[in-house]
Amino acid sequence: MSDVSQTHASLAPSSAQKFRQRFLPFLVFGAILLLIPMTDPSRTMYALMHQMAIYIVFALAYNMLLGKGGMLSFGHAVYFGFGGYLCMHAMNWIDDGGVWGAFPTFFLPVLGFVGGAVSAVVIGSFSTKRSGTTFAMISLGVAELIFAGAFMFDSLFGGEQGISGDRMNGPEVFGLSMGPQSDIYWFMAFWTILSVIAMYAFTRTPLGRLSEAVRDNPQRVEFIGYNPQRVRWLVFSISGGFAGLAGGMSAVNYEIFTPEALSLIPSGFVLIMAYVGGITYFAGPIMGAVLLTYMSSMMSDFTEAWLLYLGLMFVLIVMYAPRGIAGIVFGFWDGIRGANSAELLRKWSVQLLGCLLMLIGLIILVEVSVRWSNGWGEAFEPFGLHFTHADIVTWIAIFVPIVAGGYVLRLATREKEEMPA
Amino acid sequence: METIVFALLNGVIYGLLLFMLSSGLTLIFSMMGVLNFAHASFYMLGAYFAYTIMGATSFWLALFIAPILVGLVGAVVERYGLRKVHANGHVAELLFTFGLAYLIEEIVKIVYGKTAVDYKIPSLLDFPAFTIYGASFPAYRMFMLFIAIGMLVGLWFLLKKTRAGLIIQAALTHPHMVGHLGHNVPLIFMTVFGIGCALAGLAGVIAGNIFVTDPAMAVLMGPIVFVVVVVGGIGSLEGAFLASILIGLLQNFAVGISASFADIFWFTGLSPTSEIGDITVSSLAPVLPFLLLVLMLIFRPRGLMGEQEL
Amino acid sequence: MSIKTAAFAAAVSVVAVTAAQADIKMAFIDPLSGPFGPSGEAAYTSFILEAEKINAAGGVNGEMIEVTGYDNKINPKESLVQFQKAIDDGARYIFQGNGSSVAAALIEAVNKHNKRNPGDEVVFFNYAAVTPAFTNEACSFYHFRFDAHVDMKMAAITDYIKGQEGIKKVYLIGQDYVFGQAVAAAAESMIKEKRPDIEIVGNELHPLGKVKDFTPYIQKIISSGADAVITGNWGADMQLLMKAAAESGSDIPYLTFYGGSKGAVAALADGAIDRLYQVTEAITNLETSDEQNALVEEYKERFPDYDYYYHRAFNAMRMFKAAAEKAGSVDPIPVAKALEGLTIDEAYGGQVTMRAEDHQAQQNLYISTVAKVGDGVTYGVDNVDYGWKLVEGGSIDAASAEQPTTCEMERPE
Repeated sequence: MSDVSQTHASLAPSSAQKFRQRFLPFLVFGAILLLIPMTDPSRTMYALMHQMAIYIVFALAYNMLLGKGGMLSFGHAVYFGFGGYLCMHAMNWIDDGGVWGAFPTFFLPVLGFVGGAVSAVVIGSFSTKRSGTTFAMISLGVAELIFAGAFMFDSLFGGEQGISGDRMNGPEVFGLSMGPQSDIYWFMAFWTILSVIAMYAFTRTPLGRLSEAVRDNPQRVEFIGYNPQRVRWLVFSISGGFAGLAGGMSAVNYEIFTPEALSLIPSGFVLIMAYVGGITYFAGPIMGAVLLTYMSSMMSDFTEAWLLYLGLMFVLIVMYAPRGIAGIVFGFWDGIRGANSAELLRKWSVQLLGCLLMLIGLIILVEVSVRWSNGWGEAFEPFGLHFTHADIVTWIAIFVPIVAGGYVLRLATREKEEMPA
Repeated sequence: METIVFALLNGVIYGLLLFMLSSGLTLIFSMMGVLNFAHASFYMLGAYFAYTIMGATSFWLALFIAPILVGLVGAVVERYGLRKVHANGHVAELLFTFGLAYLIEEIVKIVYGKTAVDYKIPSLLDFPAFTIYGASFPAYRMFMLFIAIGMLVGLWFLLKKTRAGLIIQAALTHPHMVGHLGHNVPLIFMTVFGIGCALAGLAGVIAGNIFVTDPAMAVLMGPIVFVVVVVGGIGSLEGAFLASILIGLLQNFAVGISASFADIFWFTGLSPTSEIGDITVSSLAPVLPFLLLVLMLIFRPRGLMGEQEL
Repeated sequence: MSIKTAAFAAAVSVVAVTAAQADIKMAFIDPLSGPFGPSGEAAYTSFILEAEKINAAGGVNGEMIEVTGYDNKINPKESLVQFQKAIDDGARYIFQGNGSSVAAALIEAVNKHNKRNPGDEVVFFNYAAVTPAFTNEACSFYHFRFDAHVDMKMAAITDYIKGQEGIKKVYLIGQDYVFGQAVAAAAESMIKEKRPDIEIVGNELHPLGKVKDFTPYIQKIISSGADAVITGNWGADMQLLMKAAAESGSDIPYLTFYGGSKGAVAALADGAIDRLYQVTEAITNLETSDEQNALVEEYKERFPDYDYYYHRAFNAMRMFKAAAEKAGSVDPIPVAKALEGLTIDEAYGGQVTMRAEDHQAQQNLYISTVAKVGDGVTYGVDNVDYGWKLVEGGSIDAASAEQPTTCEMERPE
C-alpha cells in the first residue's frame, strides 16, 4: 500500500509527545498487570480479572469494526466462538497426543486467531460488501443462522453440552502448569498485553487509517484509488481474528465452549461494552470491558436489577453521551486543563448534582419495585433507611429527587444554550 | 396429505401473525429508516398487558385496550427517545432501539417475574372448532385467523382509502417531499410508530396465550420479524405479507417432514449414520428463515417486492 | 405486580436468617429463570425445606446446613461460572439435576477441581440428571446420583408396555441433547427386546426449551397412527407438549419420565386420566406415615405454586445427614466414603441404597397415572383436582429396577 500521508514536519508530534501518548499508557498498563499478583488476589478476584482480560481483547476487536470501521455488527460472537471452539478441539487433540501433543496450551490463542480470522474471511467475503444497516442485518442473520445450525453438528459444536477439555495437558512453557488460577493469570496478562499492543499498532498502519477513511467517506476513498469493500473485508477479517484470540483465551479459562457462545447474547454484550466505554477512543472499549465485567459479577450480588441498570446506562449513553465513558473522562481531563476550567467545573457540578438526584430517585424506585414484585415483604434498606412500597414516604423519596434532578438538569441545559462552551 | 393440510393451516396462521408483527416494522423502517430492534418487545408488552387486563377484567377488553396501551408506549418512545437520537444518525437509532429492547425485557422481568406467566385462552373460545384426520383444530386458532384477516383488511383500508393513508404512503417513499408540502412529518412519524407498535401489541395479545408469555418471547421473535421485513423488501407491505406467509409455511412444512438428508440425497451415497446424512428436514426449521435472509441479502438485496436496495 | 413467589421467598429469607451460623454450605446450581425455572425452583424449595427440618432437629453433627441457589440458566458454561462462585462462597457440596448437559460439565469440573486442589475437595450430588453414562463409563468418586437413570426408568416403562397388548405402534419424542438421545436409544433397544412386534413409527428430537408450539409435532404423532408415545421431556417442554396434545383432542397415551412437571397435568385436565403416565421414585398418594403426609401438606402450604414432587431431594439430604453422622465428619471425602453402600429407609415403605460401585441410588420405582381427587387420590397437583395414582402392577421394587454398571471407579486414598 502506497503512502498517502503528507509529511508536514511541523505537524508531527515531538518525540516526548510520542512517548507520552503512545508508549507511556502501555508501560503503565503493563506495570499494573505485573504488580497485581503481589497483592495476592483471592480466587474470586482472579476469576474476575481473567474475565476482564477476555473481554478487553474481545471489545477492542469489536471496536476495530464499530469504532474504526463504522461497521455495526450484531454477530461478532460468531468469530469469538469459532476461535474458541477451534481451541477447545485443539485442547482435546493435545490430550490425544501425537503431533499435537507437543503443542503447549499456552499458545492456543494463536489458533484462536487463525480460527476467527479464517471464518471472518469466509463470511466477510459477502457480508462486507455492504455497510451501515445492511451490514448490521447480514451480521444478525449470519449469527442466527450459525447459532441455530450449530445444534446440527454435534461433532463440531457439541450440542447442548458443548465441547470441554483439560488445559493441563501438553508441554509446559515458562514454568506454568496452567492448572491454578495464578498460572492462568500470566497467560491472560501475556495475551492481553500482546493483543492490546497489536491492535493499537494496527490503528497506526495505513490500513488502519484507511478503515477510518472508509467509515467517514467511502466514496472519496474510492476516488483516490482504493476499494472500500476490500478495506472493510480486510479490517473485518483482522477483527475476527482478534475476536477468535479472545475466544481462545476464554477456552483456556473455562475449558468449555457451548453454542450459546455464538448467539446474539454475547454479541450484544460486547456491543454494549464497546459503546458504553466509548467507541471513538482506543481506550474506550478497555474501560467498558473492565466496568461491565465488574458490574456483571459484583453488582449482581447487590441487586437483582443490575441488568436493568446496565440497559439504562446504555440507553442514556446512546442518547446523551455518544462518546461513552472515555469521552466523559477525557472531556473532563481536557476541560480542567483548559482556559475556562472554573466555569466548566461549575457547570459540570450542577449537571452532576442533577444526575445524582435523579439517580437516587431512580434507584429507590427500581429497588422498591423489585422487592414489591418479588413479594417477599422485604424493604429496601440503604444506609439504615427503610423504604417499602406501601409507605407514602417512599414515593416522596422517589419522585422529589427525580423531579428536582430533572429541573436542575433543565437549568443546566438552558445555560449551555446561552453560553456555547 | 394430512401433513400438507396441517402445515397449510398452521403455516397460514403463523404467517399472518408474523405479518401483524412485521407490518408495523416495515412501515417504520421504510418511512423513518429506523430498524426498530425493540419491535418484538412491543409484541411482548402486548401479551403481558393483556395478561394483566384479563386478570382484572376480561380477555375481550384486553383485546382492545392492550394494543392501544402498547401504541401509546410506542408513541412516547418515539417522541422522547428516538427523535432525540435521530440527529446522531441511523446507527445511533439502531443502538437506541437495541438498548430499549434490553430495557423492556428487564422491566418485564422485574414486574412479572423471570418465568412464564399463566396467560390463558379465554374459556369462551376453548373448544375444538372442527376435526380433520383425527386431530381437532382449536377454535382459538380460527379466531386468530379472523383477527389477522380483520387487521389486514383494516390496514389496507387505512392506507389505500383514507387521506391519512395516502400521506403515509407518500411519506414511505418521499418523506422530504411530504414535509415540503406542509405536513407535520414528525407527527406522522410518531403516529406511524405508535400504530406499528400497537399492531405488534395486538399480535402479542392473540399469540401470547397460544405460545408462551415469558420474558424471552421478544428475543425469540425479534430476529424472525427482521427476516420478514428484509425478505419482503423495503417500503412494501405486500412484500412483507408474502414473506410472512412464505416463512410461516416454510417453517411449518419443514417441521412436518421427518425425512433426513440421507433420504433426500440418496443418489449421492450419503450415509444415514453420518453427521450430515442424519440431519432431518424438521430439525432445519429454525435455520430456514435466516438462510433465506442471508441468501436474499446476497442475491436480491431489494427483497421480494422492494423498490429500493437496502 | 406478581406475588406468586411470595411464599417461596419467605422461605428463602428464613434460611437467610440461619445463614449467619451455617457451617455446611451447599450450592444449588440449576435454572431459576427461563423455561426451566419452575423445575429448578420446585427442587430448590424441596432442599430448603429439608435443610430447615434438619437444622431444627439439631443439624448434622450439631452443624447447620445452608442451601444457596445459583441460577445457571441451564447453560453448561454458566454453570461452571456459578460453580466457581459457589466454591468461593465456601460451598463444598453441589446439588444439580436439571439437564444432563449441565451435569456432564459439572462432573468434569468437579473432577478437575479436586485434582488441582487437593485437600479442598467438592462433592456433586446429582438429584435428576439421569443420562446412564454418569454412573457407567463416566463415573466419578465425587458424583452421587439420587435419581434412577434412563435405563432403569425405561426398563420400568417397557415392562409395562410388555403387558399392554393393545400397543402396536410407539412414537418416541424427546429433547435433542444427551439425555433425550439416551431415552430414545434405550426405548428402541428395550422395545425390540421385550416386544419385537411393536413398530416404532417415529423418533423425533426437538431443540431443548425452544419449541413454543408443539402442535405440528402432535399432528405428526396423530398421523403416524401411534398407539402410545414415550417421552423424556421435562419442564416447559413437557407442559407445552401436553398443552398441544390437549388442544388436538387426541387420546393417545403418553408414557413419560416427567409427567409430573409443573403444568402438564393441568394442561390436559380430564384428558390426563389414564392417558398420562409417569415413572417416579415416589408418589404422594401411596400409603405412608402421618409424618410424611404432614410434610407433603406443609410443602404445599409453603410453596403453593409447586407440589411435593422431588422426594429424592429429601432422600438426598437425609442420606447426607446419615453419612455425615456415620463418618463423624462433615468434610467431603469422609462423607463420600460413608455414603458408599449406605442404606436408609424412605417414607413410602422402601429403602434407598447408594450402590458403592457406581454411586447410583437403588430405590423402588412406581408407574402412576392421573385420576380425579377422591378416586383413590388424596393429593392433587398443579392446583387442580387431579393427582397421581399407582397403576395396577406399577410397583417395581429396588431389586428389579437395578441395572448393571460398567463403572471402574478410582477412589482417593
